[in-house]
Parts: sequence; structure tokens; C-alpha cells
Amino acid sequence: MSAMSTVEIKHLPSIVSLPQHRDLDQEGSTNKTALRLADFNAWYGAYQALHNVHLLIPEKQVTSLIGPSGCGKSTLLRWMNRMNDIVPGARAMGQLQLLDVDVLAKSTDVVALRRRIGIVFQKPNPFPKSIYDNVAFGPRLHFKIKPADLDQLVEWSLRKAALWDEVKNRLHESALSLSGGQQQRLCIARAIAVGPDVLLMDEPCSALDPGSTARIEDLIFELKEQYTIVIVTHNMQQAARCSNRTAFFFEGRLIEEGSTKQVFTTPREKKTEDYVTGKFG
Amino acid sequence: MATPEPIFDKPLPTTGPFRSLRGTYVRESVVKSLLVLCASLSIFTTLAIVVVLFIEAAQFFRAGKVTCPQCAQVTFSSDEIAGQEIPCRHCGQALKMPAHVSLWGFLTGTEWNPLIGKEQDKRFGVWALISGTLMVSLVAMAFALPLGLITAIYLSEYAHPRTRMILKPSLEVLAGIPTVVFGFFALTVITPALQLPALRWLLGEFNTYNALSAGIAVGILCLPIVSSLVEDALQAVPRSLREGAYGLGATKFDVSIKVVVPAALSGIISAFLLAVSRTVGETMIVALAAGSRPHLTLDPRDDTQTMTGWMVQMALGDVSNFDVAYLSMYAVAAVLFIMTLALTYVGNVVRWRFREVYQ
Amino acid sequence: MSALMPADQRQHPLLEIARRTRVRDRRWTDAAFRWFCIATALCSVLILAVLLASIFVQGYGRLSWHFLQHYPEPDPRWAGIGPALWGTVWVCCVCGLFALPIGVATAVFLEEFPPQRWWTRRLHNFIQLNISNLAGVPSVVYGILGLTLFVSMAHLAGTPQQPFWEIGVRYYDQFWSLGDRAVLVPVSDPQAPPTLAHAGLHAQNFDGQRIDVTVVKSRRDAPQAPDQLQYTLIEGRPAGRISKSSWYHMRIPLGRSVLAAALTLMLVILPIVIIASQEALRSVPSSLREAGLGIGATPWQVVRTVTLPAAIPGMMTGSILAMSRAIGEAAPILIMAGAVFISTSPGSLVDEVTVMPLQIYDWASRPQVEFHQLAATGILVLLAVLLVFNSLAVFIRQRTQKPLS
Repeated sequence: MSAMSTVEIKHLPSIVSLPQHRDLDQEGSTNKTALRLADFNAWYGAYQALHNVHLLIPEKQVTSLIGPSGCGKSTLLRWMNRMNDIVPGARAMGQLQLLDVDVLAKSTDVVALRRRIGIVFQKPNPFPKSIYDNVAFGPRLHFKIKPADLDQLVEWSLRKAALWDEVKNRLHESALSLSGGQQQRLCIARAIAVGPDVLLMDEPCSALDPGSTARIEDLIFELKEQYTIVIVTHNMQQAARCSNRTAFFFEGRLIEEGSTKQVFTTPREKKTEDYVTGKFG
Repeated sequence: MATPEPIFDKPLPTTGPFRSLRGTYVRESVVKSLLVLCASLSIFTTLAIVVVLFIEAAQFFRAGKVTCPQCAQVTFSSDEIAGQEIPCRHCGQALKMPAHVSLWGFLTGTEWNPLIGKEQDKRFGVWALISGTLMVSLVAMAFALPLGLITAIYLSEYAHPRTRMILKPSLEVLAGIPTVVFGFFALTVITPALQLPALRWLLGEFNTYNALSAGIAVGILCLPIVSSLVEDALQAVPRSLREGAYGLGATKFDVSIKVVVPAALSGIISAFLLAVSRTVGETMIVALAAGSRPHLTLDPRDDTQTMTGWMVQMALGDVSNFDVAYLSMYAVAAVLFIMTLALTYVGNVVRWRFREVYQ
Repeated sequence: MSALMPADQRQHPLLEIARRTRVRDRRWTDAAFRWFCIATALCSVLILAVLLASIFVQGYGRLSWHFLQHYPEPDPRWAGIGPALWGTVWVCCVCGLFALPIGVATAVFLEEFPPQRWWTRRLHNFIQLNISNLAGVPSVVYGILGLTLFVSMAHLAGTPQQPFWEIGVRYYDQFWSLGDRAVLVPVSDPQAPPTLAHAGLHAQNFDGQRIDVTVVKSRRDAPQAPDQLQYTLIEGRPAGRISKSSWYHMRIPLGRSVLAAALTLMLVILPIVIIASQEALRSVPSSLREAGLGIGATPWQVVRTVTLPAAIPGMMTGSILAMSRAIGEAAPILIMAGAVFISTSPGSLVDEVTVMPLQIYDWASRPQVEFHQLAATGILVLLAVLLVFNSLAVFIRQRTQKPLS
């Protein structure tokens, strides 16, 4: 994984042509559904952020949510593992199901849910602890785990996040000494260390430089073999490069959803076409 | 409707020459020098404290001397000759030697007895007073630190806005109550409560004046300080850290104890140090409730005297202004000043040097 | 470690580890900790309630107009807090007159006149550090400072009894005539020994009118007419020394006076005022300042017309807090003035003074229950004064608050 350390970002035309080197043709229709949303509505106080969203998110694929600022895509993502519980005034109604679990139900154990649905935020937010302790934080919370097993788990997670080679000699230094891109990969390692099924990413590259962005995108592509990934992004090239399916949101409504290739090349809706061709947003 | 007049056709209204700025500049520099004068008052205050305390404390260490009434020659006392009649070296007049105070004896001694008894029995060992101060501070901190820390965690992480509405104002009211009121409270409520027969089998006999009740009252005084400083430190931890922990499936307890508190540790330690410095300097409560018997003890049920308590006793008493005991007030004040200054300084250093820098 | 685990291992190791480990159930801890927190936090509410209730119960019975007006007689049944109440008003007003302008000026200097050169930057930092350290100095130390600096002025010039310089006071020798009237003789040198009654005294009555005095050898020689008798003195009797001071009475050194107490309290609260004012100034958006500077105003003009008016509400809050501290502060005044018996309210800046917290301390330190009740009543008055003061602050703040941007 460390071999692909630098990836050149090619200049992309305003109408996105799909990169050819990756196989995105599989439509994902054969995969099971990981997350099922039906008639989903969300509010912040009196303001309705999402209206009647119907969306199926397939397992072991990358689904990207795109749309202009304030269209509700981040809200949707944060409801998927109930991060909005800690936001005062936020509420949601409708069906939101993870495999067999009703996410929104009052009886659902939020802690157990978040173990299965990890999240990576826009800005890297490592804890002010050592690199090792950051990755070990989740497993230590959830399991009575032996130190040797923990070592193994930390190494595995860091390798998975393509960070092992860079930090293996300084695992006990402060995580805040890492660069921004490394911190974000550390956050990904921290999220996968608890063994989630689904990984949510809220604009994971928007605070990073192009080199780090490319590495994270490669990582996302790698991780999809094991995880269902939902990624919110402002960057359409990113959505086109690394996702299998794309959902376009506008003003709190789901406008169009389909395979990335279809959404970007033959959008069914005029709004979608305007957005992906950069006429607004 | 009348068409508006085209204003661009008109010439600009002529202005005279600009007002001279010389007056403005003069005023500016006058004001600035006045401000500098006000600001430098703080430096003068510090200087004055240092000079006054150390000059008068030096007087204290040179007080063990007698001026001969006949020949005006000065004879210095020492530990061996204190209390004895010594003939003057120059004229042979018999001189009664007062108590002798040495810097070393002051800083290492554990007995404090400057008022009663013969001159040779007077002792000036500041540790008897420091131990009183330390014990009251220890009790106060044992009370205020856990309570203040938990209250701050509750306010910052858990509290519902409605509970906050009750809690926050009552802490503010508690912070605004004058210290003499807490002293009165310690004397008339806490001590009788500790002396209740129901508690006697557990705690034993209490003196009317005791270090425990004074310490508890000082702790109540420090509670709002600790909780508000710690809450500030907890609030300064970025939201993203909390979200990161929640995203991993942490409970509120995990987030508070394992993420937020460690991240705010420098602020919390600094708050503790500032609170300790406050307890060390606390005066009215110990003057009312701790008693006036300076001795080295570890029993909080006993009466004791703190450094501040001694200073109050000297200020109230009818000791003459140039007596050794009176001058000891300055030496004790100097020790107190150095202690609190060190605590404040370390507290500020901890806060600024060891805080985490987030992106 | 890496030998154990090939890099391309795809399986999450937890799937295998999980067989050997137990999942922690942390819901209990969480719930228990929440209740523990609530219980602990409510402790402070409980303490406050007990404190206020106990003082109210002890002190309510003695609260009356008489208590507010009367002086602290030794008999607890008739004692009042009048001189201490007025003393607090005097001391705190004078203290505020000094502390608030100086504190605000210091804050303005530190916040609005950023240092230009390296040494001024050093000076700024030093003053800032110095202020935060002064805020941590115990108030007793300020009391000692006030005792040396203001009360006796370091024994450099005169003593409070024999001042180096004095204005606004006149000394008289007072005789008591055979007709039970006071006869005053003005004295030029207050250190001179009291005069003895002799013929030809330049005497006056209490209203300052010149009177003719008859001096007789003994009571037997006294005239019979009552209007003559009232100004008749017996030769050789000593007089008592009294003084009449006007409101502008002033002396150096200050002695245990209103001014000395106020200046000492000023030193105590100055750091608080400065820090609060700095915070208020910092909360004024810098865009306002830039707008002022952008149209060619000098820094002081910007401060006077833009920043200071915008920061006033915030400064008010901090100043009120500081003044509350001054009202309740007892330790420095206790060190400085001692607990002396004072039966009159101060009439000038150098009159002796006692303040409410000091009077409360005096009563609380006596063993009798009656005096404890007096102390509790005094505390009620003190808390009422603080409450009025603080609500005034809230009122002013709400009246003057307006959006800044």
C-alpha cells in the first residue's frame, strides 16, 4: 500500500470523464442492502433539513452523497449513526434500518450501533494521546482485550489505513505531531479498529492537501472490499473517482440516485446535470 | 412627480483647509502617557509589596538587640544570652537581652511562641503556622476538588439547560458571598454539626475551634472557583474530539472521563493550583473558626493557627508597633506572599505551556 | 509482530480475538455516573440553601430600623450597625472612584495601544504577567501594604497622631464652665500642652461667637447672675483638647481612615477590574476599530468614540463584581485598621472608619449567642446591600446592551 504514495491529480474537465483505470461498472445490484431509508425526514428545531428520503445503500460498496452546501447530505450521514443525538433540537422520523437494526428506535443501544457504524469527520480529530492510544481507544472501550491482542489489532488497523509504515517507529508519540493527512488516516484506523460494518465519511478530504487527498481516496477504494462506505463530498471528481453509487441531494430532497457512471454521464434529472456539470453549487 | 435634480452637475461644496492635527497629536501623547502611568501602577504595587515585606521582615530578624540607655551603643542578642542580664561592653550598664530571631531558626523551627513566657523561651518557628495553613488547605482541597471537578463535568457535559439554570446561579451566588459569612457559617453551623452526638463515635471530640470546620468552609468558598475554572477548561476542548469519541461508540461517561478530562488536564491542574493559592491566603474564615494555638499537628479536630490567622491576631492585639512579635507579622506575610506567588505562577505556566494545540 | 500477521490480511482480527474477549457492558457505569454527578452538583445548591437559611433563622429576629441606624453599643439588645453601614458606603464609593478609572485606563492601554518596539512589547507582557500575579496575592498582604504605605506612610513623615501636614481641622481647648456650658479656646499648635484657665482668654462658644470669660479663684467667688455664670471658669483648671473637622479634612499620613481603607481596597480589586475590562474590550469586534482607524481617527479617538462605548456594558459587569468583592472584603481592613470601637459615621476622608464585614467579624468572634445573632443580622444587611448592588448592575447592563455588529 505504501507503494502508491504519490498520485498525480490530473486536471479534469468541467464535464467529468470517469477515470478508466478502475472498474466501476459493477452496479452493485447483486449486493445485499446495508442501509435502508424510507420516508426519512429530519429537522433542526423548526427547520426541516430532509424531506421524504428513500434510499438503499448496498453492502461493500462506496456510496457518495453529493449536492450543494446545506442540501442535507451531512445531516443524513450524521443520522445514520445517530451522531445528531448530541445536537440540541435535532430530530428525525421515518425508517432508517441497518441490516436488522432499526436505527432511529428509542430502544436501540446507540453505543452498540456506533460500534457497527463508524464515522470519520471533515477535520481530523485525533485525541491528544499517543498514536497507539488513539487506535486502541475504541477496542479498549468495548472489549476486555489482552495487551498482545491489542498490539496486533492496532498494527492491523494502521496497516489497513496505510499508515503503519510511517508511524511504526513512533507509536507512542502524540498523535497531534502527525501531519493533517496522517491524522485523517489515523482517524480512519481508529474507526476501523472497533470492527464496524459501515464506515461513514463526512467530507474526509476537504481539510487536506491534494497529496493526502489522493492517498485517502486510494484507501477508500481499498476499504470497500470489506466495508460499506458512505461518503459525503463536495468534490464531484472525488465522487466520480472512488464511488460505485451516487446520490444527489438538493434542498433537503433526494433528487437522483444511481450508479456513479449513470449519474455522472446520463443524469435523468435536469438539476443533477446542472450540478455535475458545474452550472451551480 | 418632479424629476430629481442631477447632483453631479453641481460643483463639490468647497471645504476650507483641513484642521491642523497638531492639537490632536498633543492630546494623543498626553492621553497615552496618562494611560502608561495608570498601567505602571501595577508594577509599583508589586514593587511596594516586595519592598515593604522584605524591609520590615529584615527588621524582624534584626530585632533581637538592645540600645544601651547610657552610651547608645547597640548590643545584639543571641540564643545563649536571651533573657539574661548582660553588662554593656562600653559602659557596663546591665542590659536585659530580648529574644533572638535567626533566619534559619525561623525557616526551620516548628515551635511558635512569641508572646508568652520568658525571653529565652520565645520561639519563632514558622512551620507551626505553615502546618496550620497546610492542614486547612488540605481539608479545603479534599472537599472542593472532587466536588468542583464533578460539578464542572456535570455542567459541561451532562447538564440539561433547566438544571443548569438552577445550578449556575447558585454557584455564582456562592462565589459572591463575603468570606466573613463563611467564617460565621463554620463557627455556628459546621462546628456544631461536627459536634453532634450522632457523629461522636465516628469522629471523636471536637474543639470549638478546629481545623476541619474551617477547612470545610474554605472548601465551600473554593467550590465555585474550582468548578468555574474547570468548566472553562472543559469547554475549551473542541467539539470535534467529543464527536470523534461518540462516533466510536463511547458513552457519555467514556467521553467525559477518557477524552474530555485528559484533554483538559492542564487547565484542570492550573485551576487546582489557583484554588490552592486562594485557600492558603484565606483569612477571615480561619480567623473566626480555626482557633489561635499555633502548633504542629495532624489532627484536624484540634484548634490550630494559620499564617493569616497569626497576622490577624497581631493586627488586633495591643502589641507595640516595634515589638518582635509585631514585626513577625511581616516575616510571615513574606512567606505567605512567596507561597501564593509560586502557586499562581506555576498555575499559569501549566495552563499556557502544557495546553494541547488543536488544528 | 508483523511476522504473525501478513500485511494483506483481510480479516478484521477482532473476529478472531472476539472469541477470546468479553464485551464490556458500560450502560450501568454511564447511568450510575450520571446520577452521581447530579447528586454531587446539587450539593452546592444544598450548601447554599443551608447557609442562607441558617443565617436567616439566626438573624431575622433582630432586623429593624433601629439596628440599621444605631451604633454598635456594648449591650447587644440595643446595638446597631449604623456607622459600619455608612463606613462601607464611604469606603466603597471612594475605592470605586479610584479603582474604576485606573483599572479601565490600564485595560485600554494594554488592549488598545499595541506595542510597537521590542522593549515596549516586553513591557506589555511584563505588566500583563504582573497583573495576573497580583490577582493571586492574598488580600491580607494588601492589608499589610496598606498599613505600611497609607496608614503610617512608612513612618517617613509624622504619625497619625502628630501629622506631618494637616488641613481642614481646628483644635480647641474645651473648658466646662460653672454654668455647665462649653467654653472653647482655639489652639494653634495641636502638640502644645493643654492651656490652663486664666484671665484674658480669647474664648468662644460652640457656635464660634466671641465671648467674655470671667475667671475666678474658687467657686465661692462666682457671680450669681446666671448669664454671667455660664461663662465663668475657675482659675488653673486644665482644659480638654477637642477638634472640629470640616468635610475636607486631610492629613499626611492618612492614619486608620476612610481614604487609607479605600486605597487598600483599590489595590485589592484593581487586578479584577483590569482583567474584566480587558475581556470587555477584547469582545469588541476589531472591524469596528478598523472602521474608525480607516477614516483617519487616532487610536485614542477610536477608543473614546467607538471601543469604549461598545465595551461599557461588559466593563460594568466586571466592575460590579469587583465592587461586590470590595464591599465584602474584611481581611485587609482588619489588618489595616484593627477592630476598634467606632460610634459615629465618618464625616471626612481621614475619619476613623469601620465597615460592615469588620463589624460582623467583631460580633462573630465573641462567644455570646446574642452577639452571634447580631452578626447574623449584620450578614443579612450585608447580603441585602450586595443583592441591591448586583441587581442594579443587571439592570444597567440590560438597558445599555445593544448589538455590536
